[in-house]
Amino acid sequence: MQTVQQLPIETPWQNREQLEVLTFDLNGEIFALEAAVVSEILDLVPATVVPGAPAFAGRIINFRGRVIPLADIRLPFGMEPREPTIDSRIVVIALTLHGEEVLVGLMTDRVHEVTNLMRAASEPPPSVGMRWRPDYIHCLVKRNGEFIIVPDLQAIFASNDTRS
Amino acid sequence: MSTPDPVQVFRVEAGELLEQIENGLLDLLNDLDDKNLINAVFRGLHTLKGSGAMFGFDALAAFTHHCETAFDRVRKGEVPATNALVSAVLDARDHMRALVDDPSGKDDVTGERLLAQLNAAVDGAGGNQPDGAALSLAQSQATPPAKPRGPVETTFKLTFRLPANAMVNGTNPVGLLNELRELGPAVIAADLSLVPPLDQIEADQLYIGWTVELTTRQTRQAIDDVFIFVLDEMELEVTEVARTVVAETAADAVEAAEVVTSATTAGAAPAVKPNPKHQPDEAEATPVEKVSRIHDTKPSENVRVPAERLDELMDRVGELVIAQSRLSQLASSSADIPLRSVSEDIERLSNELRDTMMMLRMVPITQLFGRFRRLIHDLSRETGKVIDLVTEGETTEVDKTVIERLADPLVHLVRNSVDHGLERPEDRRALGKPEAGRITLSAQQAGGEVIIMIRDDGRGIDRQRVRAKGESSGLIHPGEALSDQELLQLIFQPGFSTAAKITNLSGRGVGMDVVKKSVEALRGSIDVQSEDGKGSTIALRIPLTLAIIDGLLVRVGSGRYVIPLSSVEECLELSLDEDLRSRGRSFISLRDSLVPFIRLREIFDTGTQPELHQKVVVVSTGAERVGLVVDQIIGDHQTVIKSMSPLHHDIDSFSGATILGDGNLALILDVVHLVTLGQQEEARLRAAV
Repeated sequence: MQTVQQLPIETPWQNREQLEVLTFDLNGEIFALEAAVVSEILDLVPATVVPGAPAFAGRIINFRGRVIPLADIRLPFGMEPREPTIDSRIVVIALTLHGEEVLVGLMTDRVHEVTNLMRAASEPPPSVGMRWRPDYIHCLVKRNGEFIIVPDLQAIFASNDTRS
Repeated sequence: MSTPDPVQVFRVEAGELLEQIENGLLDLLNDLDDKNLINAVFRGLHTLKGSGAMFGFDALAAFTHHCETAFDRVRKGEVPATNALVSAVLDARDHMRALVDDPSGKDDVTGERLLAQLNAAVDGAGGNQPDGAALSLAQSQATPPAKPRGPVETTFKLTFRLPANAMVNGTNPVGLLNELRELGPAVIAADLSLVPPLDQIEADQLYIGWTVELTTRQTRQAIDDVFIFVLDEMELEVTEVARTVVAETAADAVEAAEVVTSATTAGAAPAVKPNPKHQPDEAEATPVEKVSRIHDTKPSENVRVPAERLDELMDRVGELVIAQSRLSQLASSSADIPLRSVSEDIERLSNELRDTMMMLRMVPITQLFGRFRRLIHDLSRETGKVIDLVTEGETTEVDKTVIERLADPLVHLVRNSVDHGLERPEDRRALGKPEAGRITLSAQQAGGEVIIMIRDDGRGIDRQRVRAKGESSGLIHPGEALSDQELLQLIFQPGFSTAAKITNLSGRGVGMDVVKKSVEALRGSIDVQSEDGKGSTIALRIPLTLAIIDGLLVRVGSGRYVIPLSSVEECLELSLDEDLRSRGRSFISLRDSLVPFIRLREIFDTGTQPELHQKVVVVSTGAERVGLVVDQIIGDHQTVIKSMSPLHHDIDSFSGATILGDGNLALILDVVHLVTLGQQEEARLRAAV
């Protein structure tokens, strides 16, 4: 075997110039998730607390007869927890953890739209001067004078997998 | 989408054939002369070759062909079956397995080595025969042995009808007829009575039966051999019409006439039977010489269903049970009498449906135990120990998921018993034990659990060594007082191994701790007993099913939890002053014995105040008991177990979650874990006192 060239860190762009995403709000910031990983958007449902679970994924919900964790990525981003409002939604996404496909619900303050982000307008997270851990962010995309955060969910879930 | 992948279908079929072949071979080891077994193995090989070639598994077909050729000599009686030969075929079978999984056939070196080994075994077996045996035996096919007179010519009348789908399955009726012709002059007539009108004929179905009058010097057996691959499914009637001894002298002619008369009255005389072993079988058929093979091996009325469909059905039933509990919740709070009556009917039906569903998933544990015959055979060869495997209670039925997940732990336990438990034959002899070590696998049902025991009659677990090892690896303090069970349980601790050297058997990377983990994942427990010099017994207690359990629904703070009802011993009230009195020493006295208890409110950190009338649910795992303090006991609950997300796999307190009647979730408490927690608490408090 020849030495394999180190693959570039997997980005949601792959070779595309555009990325279809779902945008949503969290504490006044706009986040975007690749639309392909989103499986459903739910109204708030009662959640059950799992004692001893990591705080950012400390609850579970009944998603069509399946038990899935409900995560709040405010915590890894160091944001203040907020009470849910009438606009709050749960975005159910599919992740691959330890080689297994896992469905996870994400708390959001408000879901906006499915839109396209341009690769040309994206930039990697700055290594200094940011409130958030850069390894939790794939890239920032500038649009209409705002920055949209594309989080790296794999990294977030992988590092928060153990009890916190 | 709905048509299954033919290659997959073949793999399933091949898997079953290989299993049949293996079982046949293993049975053959017990009775090397059993012609039926030899035929069964041969048939299996032949079918595997045929369908392998049909589905493009060429490497498999070629390899199996060579094995079949070698084994054919056994079938024809040219060489006797020997242990070495059967073992060689067993090894070859494993290679076939590999070729089924990976049809590319890259590993033809192994194949060639195995074939060489097999041929050597066949030749070796042949060499045991007196000179020229192979030749004379080959001839004996033509003329049955032990017959001093001239050859007997028998006229048989055969009426046979192949299964309608015979041609679909690759049987060629013309080929069969030709084979019959080879046996002797034959008059063949077709029976067209069942041929339907032209517009109803399916091109691939067989509607024709045949009547054949065959005069041959061969025996009945030769006719059966022609149909060997379809015998189980076809209708075959064989009547002996006449028998003549080909006269060589006048005296013979007289005798021949006598034979003919006796044949017409009493049927075939034993003198012409080639294989005395088959006598009972054939004698039974002689009076009318009518054999309907269909009754011999009745095709089982089983339906084969892919396991995923069963799982899907289980999910649906689970959802139904949940919906039903919602309905009965609504109905019970309603004054509508007809609604309540319908709800009760639905409850009864869904309970019955659930029970039936459970039964569908239950499979006899034979499936699991069957694999161990081969394992023991291999282990015996690897270690040079003589091992008898005894299985008991094979009809005990267990959920199929449980069976699947028990396979690996059991393999490890059996290997362990053979490797560490059983002594070498010479040591056993010195100890006055029978040379063959005995491994007993038994299963029995006890309440909602099945108890599986692995028992050996070896040297037993050396408690001194276990203690020394436990102390040296820091698992226990030197001189720490342990109960016998605690000491023996040390062998399930991670990083524990008394084996001084890592052998091929125990050095496979699976430790006893993994065994314990897998058993606990099944909500089961392990018990060890051992007697020095007499052997040890490892008992696994496993719940019968993993899908739906009866649970006790309780409330702690604002959360609801399910405790598996099978582990609940009793419920009682924790009076306020007992609660206060027990601060700092969490015991309640229960009929003169002290039971430690855990305040679930505290370990779940609910942040709520205790209710005035707290309840204690006493749960047990075998001998250990612990009380769980809850705020309210809601009632019993049909619990459909849903597994936790991988994100929550490391939380030990819960073994899963379930959906309640109102659609909300409740967590299922892991009683084994909580009892351990309670025991630790007890130990800590005792130490503090």
